[in-house]
Amino acid sequence: MKKVVVGMGTCGMSAGAQAVYDKLQDLAAGTPGACELTISGCIGMCYAEPMVEIREDGSRVFYGNVTPQRAEEIFRSHVQDDEPLTEDEIVYLEKADGTVGGTEAAFLAQQQRIVLRNCGTINPESIEDYENAGGYRGLRKALLEMTPEGIIQEMKDSGLRGRGGAGFPTGLKWSFTAGHEADRKYVVCNADEGDPGAFMDRSVLEGDPHAVLEGMIICGRAVGSDFGYIYCRAEYPLAVRRLNMAIDAAREKGYLGENILESGFNFDVKIRQGAGAFVCGEETALFASIEGKRGMPRIRPPFPAEKGLWQKPTNNNNVETFANVAWIIDRGAAAYASFGTEKSKGTKVFALAGKTAHGGLVEVPMGTTINDLVFKIGGGIKKGGTFKAVQMGGPSGGCIPAALGDTPVDFENIPATGAIMGSGGMVVLDESTCMVEMARFFLEFTQSESCGKCTFCRIGTLRMFEILERIVNGEGQPDDIDKLSSLGGQIKEASLCGLGQTAPNPVLTTLRYYLDEYRAHIEDKSCPAGVCTALVDFHIDPEKCTGCGLCAKNCPVQAISGEPKKVYVIDNSICTKCNRCVTSCSFDAVYKR
Amino acid sequence: MSDNFSFQLWRYEGEPGELIPLLQSAQNHFGYIPRRAIRYISGVTGIPESDIYGVITFYSQFRLRPTGKLHIRACDGTACHVSGSRLIIETIEDELGISVGDTTEDGLFTLHTVACIGCCSLAPVIMINDETHGNLNPASLRKLLRKIRRREERTEVTASSHGR
Ligand SMILES: Cc1cc2nc3c(=O)[nH]c(=O)nc-3n(C[C@H](O)[C@H](O)[C@H](O)COP(=O)(O)O)c2cc1C
Ligand code: SF4
Ligand code: SF4
Ligand code: SF4
Ligand code: FES
Ligand code: FES
Repeated sequence: MKKVVVGMGTCGMSAGAQAVYDKLQDLAAGTPGACELTISGCIGMCYAEPMVEIREDGSRVFYGNVTPQRAEEIFRSHVQDDEPLTEDEIVYLEKADGTVGGTEAAFLAQQQRIVLRNCGTINPESIEDYENAGGYRGLRKALLEMTPEGIIQEMKDSGLRGRGGAGFPTGLKWSFTAGHEADRKYVVCNADEGDPGAFMDRSVLEGDPHAVLEGMIICGRAVGSDFGYIYCRAEYPLAVRRLNMAIDAAREKGYLGENILESGFNFDVKIRQGAGAFVCGEETALFASIEGKRGMPRIRPPFPAEKGLWQKPTNNNNVETFANVAWIIDRGAAAYASFGTEKSKGTKVFALAGKTAHGGLVEVPMGTTINDLVFKIGGGIKKGGTFKAVQMGGPSGGCIPAALGDTPVDFENIPATGAIMGSGGMVVLDESTCMVEMARFFLEFTQSESCGKCTFCRIGTLRMFEILERIVNGEGQPDDIDKLSSLGGQIKEASLCGLGQTAPNPVLTTLRYYLDEYRAHIEDKSCPAGVCTALVDFHIDPEKCTGCGLCAKNCPVQAISGEPKKVYVIDNSICTKCNRCVTSCSFDAVYKR
Repeated sequence: MSDNFSFQLWRYEGEPGELIPLLQSAQNHFGYIPRRAIRYISGVTGIPESDIYGVITFYSQFRLRPTGKLHIRACDGTACHVSGSRLIIETIEDELGISVGDTTEDGLFTLHTVACIGCCSLAPVIMINDETHGNLNPASLRKLLRKIRRREERTEVTASSHGR
């Protein structure tokens, strides 16, 4: 019987997957025995959501951008009459013999899916689906055939490094916590995903929650802990719901709780939801938040492996790090280490967003180049724009210019550009992005998220923000560039935690690669990208203007004149640059330059 | 109301660190954290009200003022930012006549910004209560807001017994 699968991650849902699912449910109910309808997490092709997959005898056919009407067409033709729609309407297909096709095959061709092995394939709400895909096999092996030391050795041999951003070797981290004796130890999963433009962890939690749980349980065994917390970002209600379902199912099946798989090992987990503070992604702040306090980082040492949550030895890893664990234990360290580069093993998940043609979630071997990600997988730039830079690492990272597009993405080469690997956010920028404004945007973010403990982070970032603010407003002063770089260096030096230590990065990397844009703002009072309102004039595109007159009606200073049905004109000597004409035009006719 | 709320507190097991979950249930219940909830939580947990206030103001999720019936969260994460979220936010402000953080006079809309809702490929994105709307531009956004306002005005008339 055919299986009809609807992708139901947050992304799919936002694009309308629920209506598609409801439609298919009605149709399936009307024709009993025609198919089995189920859901999956996302396969990562966010740009083609909502997606519907028809699965039969080992073959998979994916339709993209499905509306309820199209769903009916697909159901009638493909499911009922066994007539798949034409090839150009299929985004991806995988035949039973392994051949692949479809209009978007290139998106998946270069990917190597370990973390995302089950995302978009299994029903994340079914533990049986996970087991049938090999789930909990790693746990069984770890508990019944391996010693805690053996597990740690395997993790060390795999070369896995933490995916939360810093890239610390996971096996080594586990050995530290294992080495501290205590009546209680904790395993913490960092699912705070604070980078504003990244959604890897969310997709994994929504698409394959058991993989994260399994990794945590194995970690518990290795480090000698019987209790774990998952600290999940407040904005991810669906991830929390699926995690809760997974925890209940795992408990029922004996993978969580007492005497797991008759091994004598006990482990349980609890979810804690964050409350909207970026700094709580920093591990010591995260512990404070779980303890119910203000999420302020504290000085290390003592390191979490010695004194972490509630002063007990604690091992904290990122969601993606944990999602790798069961695969490594099951398939062996060597299999994992066969992917990647010499010092950065395995794969990395990236959330491609911004001006990329194909925004979505991708997993590639470490060492894949930026160009491959942007062009081969991402399909280049939307609407024929020109690739300008990628922003990696969010507010802690930086912009890597297109000229460095052949940089391999790994823990050695990315930091060499001045950016950081980060957790996997990759926002693609085109020529319509102003780099100075971009830096201002990130400083505004870190400035408001600083916990306020360190003077340099609290006040220094505010001063940097103010300088950037005046530059984009056309009031930049000749020595502002020097001020920014010296202040940036001081903040890096004098901050306690990673937030302050990395906050200047977005400014320092743009100063390094886009100094001319800063100069244009400061010296020529112009914004080359046409973004900074104070430095541009407002114009109406005669090709687009329909002469509706709405802009003129909304202009508070009567700077716009014209006659109905003819092209309107803006008098820039009167215009106060309030932007109201831009927000009121329905035809995208007002532009800035 | 307070009866319902103490029912939520059933889950308080006297374990340290439960403060934030308690505040979250209070906010889920009331839509914000009222004074009386702070007093109540302080009573059952023994944590001083001033400390609770300190925690509330640290986290951006918590609100000390009620929101409107519809809570708009406009995304200003990186992907949305480079796709024109400023314009989207300005358009909402203009259409509703409020600034970020405010509620319209009729108590219908409250506007806040958030950093990434997690569906960046639909940028620019806003959430209205639990519903996500993506790929917006000023025109489609105004249309959406007007549609919602009309819908609300209709239900207001038909369900005037609801008393809001
Ligand atoms: C300001 C700040 C925010 C952070 N946010 C996150 C986050 O959202 N998710 C995450 O896994 N790690 C985050 N980290 C890194 C964590 O402190 C920690 O290094 C990581 O969770 C360790 O896990 P790993 O070894 O598996 O990478 C953040 C660090 C800082 C300084
Ligand atoms: S660097 Fe900033 S965020 Fe980190 S502890 Fe200091 S003030 Fe707080
Ligand atoms: S609102 Fe737009 S289309 Fe209408 S007159 Fe102004 S520029 Fe032209
Ligand atoms: S930006 Fe404001 S002042 Fe200038 S033309 Fe447009 S509506 Fe008028
Ligand atoms: S389609 Fe799933 S994250 Fe976008
Ligand atoms: S940046 Fe807006 S949804 Fe991610």
